[in-house]
Amino acid sequence: MAIADRVEAPAEEPGGLPARLLRAIRTRTGLQLGGLLGPGAFWLIVFFLLPLAVVFAYSFATRGAYGTIKWTLTLENYRQFADWLYVKVFLFSLLIAVLTTVICLVIGYPFAYVMSRAPRRWRNGLLILVMVPFWTNFLVRTYAIMLLLRSEGLINSFLRSIGLIDQPLNLLYTPGAVVLGLVYGYLPFMILPLYASIEKFDFSLVEAAQDLGASTRRVFLRVMLPLTMPGVVAGSILVFIPTVGAFVTPDLLGGGKVVMIGNLIQQQFLTARHWPFGSAISFVLMAIVLASTLIYFRSGGERTV
Amino acid sequence: MTTSAPALEKAAQTAAARPRRIRLGPIVLQSHLALTFIFLYAPILILVIFSFNAARQQTVWTGFTFDWYAQMVQDAKAINAAKNSAIIAVISTAVSTVIGTLTALALDRYRFRGRTAFEGAMYLPIIVPEIVMAIALLVFFNFGFGLLEQWTKIQLNFGLGTITVAHIAFSFPFVAVVVRARLADFDRRLEEAAKDLGANEWQTFRRVTLPLLMPGILAGALLAFTLSIDDFVITFFTAGVGSTTLPLEIYGRVRRGVTPEVNAISTVLLVASIALVLSSTLLQRKR
Amino acid sequence: MARQHTQLLVRAWLHGSISRRELIRRLALAGMSMPAIAALLAACGGSSAESQPSPTGSDQGSGGTVGTATSEEEASTLNVTMPDYIDRSKLSSELHLYNWSEYLSPDVPNAFEAAYGVRVIEDTYASNEDLLAKLQGGASGYDVIVPSDYMVGVMIQLGMLEPLDTEIIQSFANIDPANLGAYYDPDNTYSMPYLWGTTGVLYDVNLLGEELDSWEPVFHPSSEVQGKLVMLDDQREVIGAALMSLGYSVNETSDEALQKAKAVLMEQKPYVTAYSSQNNDDMMLGGEAVMAHMWTGDALLTADQKEGLKYFLPKEGAVIWQDNLAVPKGAPNLYTAMAFIDFMNLPEVAAANANFVWYASPNKAARDQGLIEDWILNNPAVYPSEEVINRLQWIEDVGDDISKYDRIWTEFKTA
Repeated sequence: MAIADRVEAPAEEPGGLPARLLRAIRTRTGLQLGGLLGPGAFWLIVFFLLPLAVVFAYSFATRGAYGTIKWTLTLENYRQFADWLYVKVFLFSLLIAVLTTVICLVIGYPFAYVMSRAPRRWRNGLLILVMVPFWTNFLVRTYAIMLLLRSEGLINSFLRSIGLIDQPLNLLYTPGAVVLGLVYGYLPFMILPLYASIEKFDFSLVEAAQDLGASTRRVFLRVMLPLTMPGVVAGSILVFIPTVGAFVTPDLLGGGKVVMIGNLIQQQFLTARHWPFGSAISFVLMAIVLASTLIYFRSGGERTV
Repeated sequence: MTTSAPALEKAAQTAAARPRRIRLGPIVLQSHLALTFIFLYAPILILVIFSFNAARQQTVWTGFTFDWYAQMVQDAKAINAAKNSAIIAVISTAVSTVIGTLTALALDRYRFRGRTAFEGAMYLPIIVPEIVMAIALLVFFNFGFGLLEQWTKIQLNFGLGTITVAHIAFSFPFVAVVVRARLADFDRRLEEAAKDLGANEWQTFRRVTLPLLMPGILAGALLAFTLSIDDFVITFFTAGVGSTTLPLEIYGRVRRGVTPEVNAISTVLLVASIALVLSSTLLQRKR
Repeated sequence: MARQHTQLLVRAWLHGSISRRELIRRLALAGMSMPAIAALLAACGGSSAESQPSPTGSDQGSGGTVGTATSEEEASTLNVTMPDYIDRSKLSSELHLYNWSEYLSPDVPNAFEAAYGVRVIEDTYASNEDLLAKLQGGASGYDVIVPSDYMVGVMIQLGMLEPLDTEIIQSFANIDPANLGAYYDPDNTYSMPYLWGTTGVLYDVNLLGEELDSWEPVFHPSSEVQGKLVMLDDQREVIGAALMSLGYSVNETSDEALQKAKAVLMEQKPYVTAYSSQNNDDMMLGGEAVMAHMWTGDALLTADQKEGLKYFLPKEGAVIWQDNLAVPKGAPNLYTAMAFIDFMNLPEVAAANANFVWYASPNKAARDQGLIEDWILNNPAVYPSEEVINRLQWIEDVGDDISKYDRIWTEFKTA
């Protein structure tokens, strides 16, 4: 694997940061890097990190009367979150998120594989066809899912009409319904990165390995999966992370009975008007998820063979 | 891998030299594709069917009618909202895709001080709960506009602009992640070969790198578009007077009951998108 | 009930107080299928319904009448007697309204524009909390907002509202004194009542076989109701209901009372199908639920689409709520905002809104002049008797104690 073009920024140079920066920029690769990184960095810092810093500050403030911010700095909000009541909800959300991610992976990987092997001119079309359902409105889609799942809904009516069941199955307003809804909503987030990775996989390696006598299972585990790992990691991240913080799906499909950390945060910012506590919960969530993401990414995503 | 690398390489070369037929794969995999598509489109089918339902609620089918479509056409608010959504989505997608791709290239190919920090920061928009980002941007924009007016007398307002900026902020990291997945294990030898043949940086990029990245970039763009067109929370808090988008309009109606008119709107958008896809696929075939 | 309603609607249309388009819309809302409506129209009315001028009190002080519609395609079918105390030179070209969805008759902005030449731009929100968070974060540009009772109280405390200018809003006089002076704004300095309603229980009287009047069967559901019960997804409403069923006030904050309320809710939980403020009507209509904790307006709409549904206000106590018009501080078009609020209190306009939204109107003049449709006026679900009103309670802001409610809510929901 060619590792040309990996540039080390100058390490021990005199002059302090500004001088170093200038010197780095003046080199041609420095300019390149600046050009590539600049827009992203700008947008990230100005329109994301700075605003976020304000909310981070809130997490150390106190709730004033009627829900305003009182700038009495405290760690009380973080301490409040350390309560089992909230930790329980957090762990439950992680569980749901992991379950959703695994299911999406199991469904998504073979799907992306078949897409990658389709005749070239179909591929883009297939890709877009995967996304098209998600250009309808989320609420209407969720209502349609509810129609399928409710006790007088389509699935139950069908099963009863063919005599498979007597009483309607309790499908809706359960954690299972929430997982189903989340899998449905985030499947494309798994398929797209997987496709991006699998599509450039050199299938001749598969045939080569088979020529050398390896079984299909071995070929998959030893050749294909490792080489498409970046896609797997990317997809898992893009599904797991947003799923942890989901709140509309648990509300609708869970009938208000499935409480995830996203619901809690929403509750704090709106009904309870406790922005400091809401911020604290959010930042604990972000810290934990970020840490696990970076670890996961480092272990599976970095290819240095 | 227990098979040795040189042996694998040699076998791969032999295999590559052989003429290959591309098949979709065994029956099991093909039916998996079909079943997954059914899974994805089943609710959509219901949505479409119920846009023709004569009754107001989404539970019982009472009869066939076109009247929700008639109502939709006269619904100036919904049409305006759809227009706003489309404008925002197109601009947001374009900008996010560019920024996301550039960032992915930077992170993949360059090692620099603070790279880990930057990577971590880039994941934050994906991790952050929507309401947090929404409120953060609301407070920030308000504060910023106030300062701007004080210093330069220029008055900016919340509106389509603030929404678009917000959408770009949370979309481009998704694009970057997808493109990076594509970039990993990118075969640099092709680029080196092009340079050896005399191409400069830009030409190499345009004619070698970009086409190879295209599936990843396209995937990222689609993701960005989808994120923008259906966003509610962040859009609600960064919107201004008269800058309603479709999700905002529809969620607002939920309190008093959503009629099948919303299904009609979604169906129309769906049909338009599929038509677009079909026509572009057909156009490609002609080339 | 449904047939009577249909007759009234048709009569109103023939009379000219609603347009043909409005008639079709209302019948569709009531659940009539399109083919049936077409047949009905064909049978009753002939091709176009010329609206005859409605006999409103046209001698309300000086000033001309506006907008007698000639065809149903015309923008305004409102026949409004315009006041003469509005200084038109002070009006701006636009008014920015921030309102609940479908909470304003579409004829009203058209009539306002026709009368004053001001374009009304309306945006919507779906909860008081969204409204507050948005305004607190600093965004505005809105001239008129429509907060509910407790939210007005909060906003007044936070200094977020402009005092109303009674020199401009002279139509104040049309409001029923009974609706004025509510706890959250005793002198109505900042808010004007717009529409009000109650939160009660809707149930299938045919299935249950008896008439209900208490919270008992809601918190200790009988076997027909178990598993077919839906409660609102609202902290204050649900915990409040539990408190009221135990005899406490809906604003009770003592730990002892809240723990008892929590126990009641925990007992009820296994029998509750879902907690939903949006889908409760769908669930009642589809048969998924036979009893639902519901707001008046939803209840009315739902009862109209299915036979045998009744709405009641439990005798231990139920919630009364009121939505109000207010002007946020820093409204860009202040004078126009006041003029709009004045306009909204004119009897014809208030009636148009009440007839569109099906909530109770605080506008006495509109009621007295017979502008509000009879079937709404005579419906005890919308206009309860005085005796019933006296046992209704307002949900008040409980200040910092909201954290207690929040905790109880989280505990019981995640149990």
